[in-house]
Amino acid sequence: MFENLTEKLDAIFKKLKGRGMLDEETVATAMKSIRMALLEADVNFRVTKEFIEDVSQRAVGREVLDSITPGQQIVKIVHDRLIELMGAESSHLNLSNRFPAPVMLVGLQGCGKTTTAAKLARYLKNRDRRVSLVSADVYRPAAIEQLRVLGDRTGVNVYDSHGQSDPVRICVDAVEHGKANGFDTLIIDTAGRLHIDDELMDELKRIKDAVNPAEILFVADAMTGQDAVSVAEKFDALLAIDGVVLTKMDGDARGGAALSLKKVTGKPVKFIGMGEKSDALEVFHPERMASRILGMGDILTLVEKAQTAMDEKTARDLERKIRKDSFTLNDLKKQLGQIQKMGSLQDIIGMIPGLGKIKALKNATPDARELVKTTAIIDSMTEQERLNYKIINGQRRKRIARGSGTTVQDVNTVLKNYIEMRKMMKKLSKGGMKSMMRGNLPFK
Amino acid sequence: MTNNSDTHFFARLKKGLAKTRSNVIRNLDEMISGEKFISKDIFEDIEAILIGADLGPAFASDMIEAMKARAKRNELNSPDALTKIMKEHMTTILRTCESPLKIPKDEPYAIMVVGVNGTGKTTTIGKMAFRFKKNGIPLLLVAADTFRAAAIEQLGIWAERADVPLIKQKMGADPSAVVFDALHAAEARKAVMLIDTAGRLHTKTGLMDELKKIKRIMDRELPGAPHETLLVLDATTGQNAVMQAQMFHQEIGITGIALTKLDGTAKGGIIIRIAQEMGIPIRYIGVGEGLDDLRRFKSEEFVEALFGE
Repeated sequence: MFENLTEKLDAIFKKLKGRGMLDEETVATAMKSIRMALLEADVNFRVTKEFIEDVSQRAVGREVLDSITPGQQIVKIVHDRLIELMGAESSHLNLSNRFPAPVMLVGLQGCGKTTTAAKLARYLKNRDRRVSLVSADVYRPAAIEQLRVLGDRTGVNVYDSHGQSDPVRICVDAVEHGKANGFDTLIIDTAGRLHIDDELMDELKRIKDAVNPAEILFVADAMTGQDAVSVAEKFDALLAIDGVVLTKMDGDARGGAALSLKKVTGKPVKFIGMGEKSDALEVFHPERMASRILGMGDILTLVEKAQTAMDEKTARDLERKIRKDSFTLNDLKKQLGQIQKMGSLQDIIGMIPGLGKIKALKNATPDARELVKTTAIIDSMTEQERLNYKIINGQRRKRIARGSGTTVQDVNTVLKNYIEMRKMMKKLSKGGMKSMMRGNLPFK
Repeated sequence: MTNNSDTHFFARLKKGLAKTRSNVIRNLDEMISGEKFISKDIFEDIEAILIGADLGPAFASDMIEAMKARAKRNELNSPDALTKIMKEHMTTILRTCESPLKIPKDEPYAIMVVGVNGTGKTTTIGKMAFRFKKNGIPLLLVAADTFRAAAIEQLGIWAERADVPLIKQKMGADPSAVVFDALHAAEARKAVMLIDTAGRLHTKTGLMDELKKIKRIMDRELPGAPHETLLVLDATTGQNAVMQAQMFHQEIGITGIALTKLDGTAKGGIIIRIAQEMGIPIRYIGVGEGLDDLRRFKSEEFVEALFGE
């Protein structure tokens, strides 16, 4: 596995440092690692092949700047190209030309259409659209009920199909209903189906013909493997989709399907699903996706999360301390509240490939009860101890335990977690937290 | 094939995996027939096929290196040798995981079904219920997914279809409480419990802790329960399936796997890597949406269907 592609390439190119230009051999060597990274990330085999050929051509002959290594230079070229391929096009929804504007969600079973429908409804409602949710899934048990509950929860109207069993009929009626009741946006949730199920695919075509959707969004699971390409090709060929929603991005899948989908359909990823709650829908950021596919973690999202939770001064402060490796127990206490606000550290750890698996990091996440205990333990330390944890010996641990009404084991746990946190922060800050805060990538 | 249902399944699985099979046959035939030696292109083609089936680049490369080494030693000189070696290798790996679920008679038995969101847990339980019912096993469906909207209703419909009782509480209830109730009902009836849990990403520590708690309570109320912790994996999933299996196993201990959605064009090859690395029994495969589209996993059939004959 690639903990860090840049580091790996740097190791390969140790001897090459200082070379003025990327020659064919250097690029070819590097591309072997890049290729493995892409395939491990589930980028389609064919798409990977084309990408490697394309990016190799771009890399050969490029100058290696004095300030960076050949490895960094190559990763930057690859990264930039990934962004270029996945981004560029506007990912806005085009809903202006119809009343009501139907948005149709399609995809395989279990990819997250119904959850996405509710999220999208909330997203649009917050942008002053009058939204009605429509379930055209008459097959999966309780699918209609699921959408109704989700709609009620988010305060969005849910069209009542009164037991109608024909999905096309439901959609046509829903449009009439929307028109009559002043809903300007309809979100149509369709049943999950296999792309090779001709009968059900034909049903989608008939819905499309009947309601002429303003947007058809293909919903895909970020964990999808090589098959993403054949599925998307089929859906796109039949329906001419307008964009993709990539779901379950809050896990640790590298999400190579994003590149494959863009490549075979030419349609942009418009949104990503980041969790089960109805507000967990985010706009797609190609640069973050590129880092993630290359196994460099979704560091920007992490920083952004940290930023929303902390005010700028605190963030600057923390950044300085992490950089100087002087993050003390005092700071930990101060940050515990902030960390809670960051929406649980484990979610953040989960976004970073490889890190989620490390048990020690999991334990570094304090839950609410732990938080109280931890604060009490830190409070029972002397100022000196808080500034330098290394002096806390067995004797001092006993005293701290007594003072805070906990056990030595608890004190040990807090210290262990604190040390783990320092390690993790150091890891994350490699290359400079400051540059990440500015939105730059570590190797720029 | 011994009976109609197996032939039916075999045909289905084969059909589902037809693309791979024809690729292998076509490629190998085209490349090898008339050629005395194994050409380099063949290995590239094989790599494309293996990776295309989601076996992953590392597995593919290991396999190809092994075959190249054998080719060098002149052990490979017939067109059939390559497929034969690949098949043997994969079957050997999978065979260690070919261990069907054995349910004791007249004893309460708890099967907890877990997995990430959307892999087909509820549907798999519906199919298992149908299968067990047919074999005359007393059953209880347990709606411990109290989180997802309408999950209880969905399982309820399956319970009706299979005509088995359902233990449930309201949405938002503590899943452990639901399981607690169910355990006592199952004990009295000496029934098999099929416990549906909420889908959760393996990276969510809080949700994994919830599963641990359910397990703890089960073991307290009925020592040894859950007797089976079944992880449902989606065959469409790529390399992340390995992480899923590892994390679920690390957190709660997985005793069996069901691989779903093999009726599409995805090959589910990742299961071979999981088998190789973890050796967890693969109990079932899902090959369609029908009630009887859940089959016992058989390694040879799986590999045969992958590579054709």
